[in-house]
Amino acid sequence: MLAGAAIAAVPVCALAAKAPAIYTVTIASMKFGPAPAKLHVGDTIEWVNDDIFVHSATATDKSFDVELKPKVHMWTTFHKAGTYPFACRYHPGMTGTLVVAKSER
Amino acid sequence: MFKAIGIAAAFSLAAGAAYAQAPNDAQIAHIAYTAGAVDVAAGKQALTISHNKEVLAFAQEMVRDHTAVNDQALALVKKLGVTPQDNPTSQGLAKGGADKLKTLGALKGAAFDKAYVANEVAYHKTVNGALATVLIPNAKNAELKSLLETGLKLFKEHQMHAEHLAMSVK
Repeated sequence: MLAGAAIAAVPVCALAAKAPAIYTVTIASMKFGPAPAKLHVGDTIEWVNDDIFVHSATATDKSFDVELKPKVHMWTTFHKAGTYPFACRYHPGMTGTLVVAKSER
Repeated sequence: MFKAIGIAAAFSLAAGAAYAQAPNDAQIAHIAYTAGAVDVAAGKQALTISHNKEVLAFAQEMVRDHTAVNDQALALVKKLGVTPQDNPTSQGLAKGGADKLKTLGALKGAAFDKAYVANEVAYHKTVNGALATVLIPNAKNAELKSLLETGLKLFKEHQMHAEHLAMSVK
């Protein structure tokens, strides 16, 4: 009975749309973890700093600049498709690239 | 004798001593800790003298990062029941660091910035070499070795950051 009520309450358009996703990028041993392969506009990256050092995730084009204290989690949501190379402001050898595809909706 | 000894010379002492007697874990811990402490002191001095935003950010990073590693080193030696052992290499490092503080302390403005950053490049290069060729290979305890390897990664990043900075404080 409860299941029937739940199905009736969900609008049809919500079933068809793809919900925004959250992908985690973890820093450990002075390296960014792998970038998610299927990042789309509207998705969010959760940055997790597992190191004992303060790091940053700073886009080369400055479109995002996240300070990451040890053990902290921070979030960046992407509103524009594109390729975003980024690095740690303090440790220039730490780099990565995020590729944001157009929304799937 | 130690007056003339540079940081590189201090480390070559340790390397040379490896043929007679490699540094033990207690000495290695002491050397690594001292190397970090010297850079923390240099960073703290830079924070009181420099007015350059990028140099100040770099100095803050040195203080922060080396304090973090040294805190871990302290926790590790406590856990292992090891007392860091003073030795000629550590003494050479400390003396070299103190001499540098004196030299840099007499400088101001752009002259200070240039000299501080140049020294940071050289210092990190030297310590990297020592970590890779003396301290890590001779470390017996696995956790100490692992922490030294983290230290090496860090020192390499610092060296890179210092080299980038050196190009802009010319």
